[in-house]
Amino acid sequence: MCDQTFLAITFGPCDNCSQNKPLMNIYLKNEPINYCSLCVELMACQGLAKGETIHTLKTESETLKAKLEEERAKLHDVELHQVAEKIEALGQFVMKTRRTLKGHGNKVLCMDWCRDKRRIVSSSQDGKVIVWDAYTTNKEHAVTMPCTWVMACAYAPSGCAVACGGLDNKCSVYPLSLDKNENLAAKKKSVAMHTNYLSSCSFTNSDMQILTSSGDGTCALWDVESGQLLQSFHGHSADVLSLNLAPSETGNTFVSGGCDKKANVWDMRSGQNVQSFETHESDINCVKYYPSGDAFATGSDDATCRLYDLRADREVAIYSKESIIFGASSVDFSLSGRLLFAGYNDYTINVWDVLKGTRVAILFGHENRVSSVRVSPDGTAFCSGSWDSTLRVSVRFRFSGESDLRNILYSMVLLFTGIRDYRW
Amino acid sequence: MTINTLSQDGVQRQQMSCLTKMERMVISMQDPDMGIKLRNQRLLITVIPHAMTGADIVEWLIKKCSISDEEALHIGQIFVKYGYIYPLKEPRNLILKVDDSPYRFQMPYYWMSTRWPASELDYAIYLAKKNIRKQGELIEYEKECYNALHKRINHTWDFVVMQAREQLRASKQRRKADRIVLKCQEQAYWLVNRPPPGTLDSIDHGPERRTMNTRVQLNAEFYKKEIEHNRISLARNRVKSSICLESYVKYCEQYQPHDPIMQGCLPSIPWITDDIMFWNMNCETVAVPTKLRVERWSFSFMELLNDPMGRKEFLTYLKKEFSAENLCFWQACEDVRHGETSKIPEKVDEVYKQFLTPGASRWVNIDSKTMEKTLEGLKRPHRFVLDDAQMHIYFLMKKDSYPRYLKSDLYKNLFARAIVPQETKKSVFPFMRRQRHSSPSPALATQAAEDDGKAKNSNSFKSNSGTASRR
Repeated sequence: MCDQTFLAITFGPCDNCSQNKPLMNIYLKNEPINYCSLCVELMACQGLAKGETIHTLKTESETLKAKLEEERAKLHDVELHQVAEKIEALGQFVMKTRRTLKGHGNKVLCMDWCRDKRRIVSSSQDGKVIVWDAYTTNKEHAVTMPCTWVMACAYAPSGCAVACGGLDNKCSVYPLSLDKNENLAAKKKSVAMHTNYLSSCSFTNSDMQILTSSGDGTCALWDVESGQLLQSFHGHSADVLSLNLAPSETGNTFVSGGCDKKANVWDMRSGQNVQSFETHESDINCVKYYPSGDAFATGSDDATCRLYDLRADREVAIYSKESIIFGASSVDFSLSGRLLFAGYNDYTINVWDVLKGTRVAILFGHENRVSSVRVSPDGTAFCSGSWDSTLRVSVRFRFSGESDLRNILYSMVLLFTGIRDYRW
Repeated sequence: MTINTLSQDGVQRQQMSCLTKMERMVISMQDPDMGIKLRNQRLLITVIPHAMTGADIVEWLIKKCSISDEEALHIGQIFVKYGYIYPLKEPRNLILKVDDSPYRFQMPYYWMSTRWPASELDYAIYLAKKNIRKQGELIEYEKECYNALHKRINHTWDFVVMQAREQLRASKQRRKADRIVLKCQEQAYWLVNRPPPGTLDSIDHGPERRTMNTRVQLNAEFYKKEIEHNRISLARNRVKSSICLESYVKYCEQYQPHDPIMQGCLPSIPWITDDIMFWNMNCETVAVPTKLRVERWSFSFMELLNDPMGRKEFLTYLKKEFSAENLCFWQACEDVRHGETSKIPEKVDEVYKQFLTPGASRWVNIDSKTMEKTLEGLKRPHRFVLDDAQMHIYFLMKKDSYPRYLKSDLYKNLFARAIVPQETKKSVFPFMRRQRHSSPSPALATQAAEDDGKAKNSNSFKSNSGTASRR
């Protein structure tokens, strides 16, 4: 109790215990009172006693929030794009779709890469979960879930299992069997149980634990083998839509974003909400860590993506444009963190220069909302899943340095074949 | 659980911000000075006032938002799809054409934000009017809808028919041009809100998302937690922005040569050239690594440990220094932390026997305070009981062994031996697609290893099928 700091404006006799102590100025029933910290604690412990109302608590919370923003602003001495002025600007990017994965009969809601850099798992509205070898575009496994709107899917780090869930409020793990005759659904393991839809799931560093986020406003960590709840995370006041694990050395934190416009950073071990950011104007659809783990980006329904720094404890960049009207449903960084890929509800993918804050490319091609964008683990390509029931693996097309005739010819032909792939 | 996509509260909230933005743009498009020039457009024999061409719209968007033609066309399409602009020539086809096809702005009365969700009653009246006008010759799907509605709201059918007749009578008293315009407006509205089967449903949304106050109880408990959280946050140490932001610049610069999207990769990007040499050369078990890969180990200790090859090399180095037990201990702790819950007690016991017992074969040097704490915790082993000890050893390796490894001959020789791959030879006919070879599924590889592992008797900690590296 006594290690809490508070602002003491006056020192004098407490209204309650009459001892001479530093006093906190609080209001009860619109009347200012001066209690010492001990008496305030005692009063708080009695719950809503002595005229305290939800309203007073709410006001107190808001005042603290405002003070927090003030403190955060004090150390903000420079903007990101100012720091980035000395870097060379990126030229125009040409992106081409190199693979189109067709096979889902309905909206693709989520996708994830395997660590072998070429396989992908995707889930759709009709309950189908498909594992593809994106390089050859072959389908390797398919499972039909007993529910519709499978909004979350994840590939296990070992590549031996996939996890998925959605409107069934559960997260199930399917070990991938190579026996063609075996029904994958037979070995299904039901791991997580929430009281509302599952919005996102992710394996931690091994196949043995899964982190889930749900429409019931909580996130949870589960043990896959036993289905036991290891830790639960409460703090959001509305649906949690997305989560992402930090690539840090100690591997102990993750960030989540939800419909309460908040992005929260959690400690996995204690279940505590370590940091909280609330500057978006609408639901946060997606959160992703910057590769170094010092920051994270969010995509929201307010048509902006924002970058939050964990050490500066504030928002440091906004990526928005007047012509972008619809919300960003999914974001991901390139390997170096210089580019931010964001899929939007207006069927496009915008690529942002993270440091300068400008847009470097816009991709058309999808015929409905882009629901999921992920860069491959080795950073060679990015895959986008859309409500038009296709997945597209796209790359950046660069013209080679040398300018001899053969190279020019080669590049031109590749560009044209690229166009053919892209339109399909 | 049912999806209630027509819930007024839920979906309106989700779409509202987009609709407000679109409406703002539409209003500025109609601004008399800065907006689009409206003229009279001729439609067959009648002249429609206040119309514009598709090309006008696109041009205005390009100028206003400084974007390309393609993007302007795309945005224009969205306006038409959401019913803010409707076509006059081919009213059933809600697309934007960049030529002199005439378009008009929809009345605010019919905007998505004001008249949404479209009510069944209104639709019934609309169809009834059409039915009367066309004397029963409705389009197939409209006929179906009409019959379905007739069944569903039969009790108000008299009212529907009466309203339809009234509205038709009132419209006959208007000028022909006005009549056509009103008809087009209404038709556009219904095309958006009751799209014919097979066309894109622009107002299709996902499952309902509830907002605040419905999921989590905003009671005293909740606010007290918030207050507590805010107080702790206030006391947090913050770093100046300039320092934080500089670190991003440095990070991006350092990793740029390793980012294939930024700088390409050698020999080539497999997705473009259909040549998987890049993946083969960087796999775990390759004999000679690439220079970029070895260089990356020097960026941070985590990079070295994340790469299985790097870890092996580091272990070799530590063996020379007689401190290999540190890395083994760290790996064993990782195994405990990320492994199955049921195996924790036995794993922790193993760790204790091998690394922590005084006089153990692979005793690790931890400071006495941490050792005491760990031994205390071992009495009731849980997932995180070895965390402090693991952290201590990790930082020991990071501060001491790791920098020395980077300066060692072992590392330098490996770096010298490492190869820079040749750029893939470009074939003259790149459109002849090369054969795309499939690769063995990771599930197969690990299945085989598991079978192998069961046969062998492992007495040291190898990473099992459960844990995997981050690369």
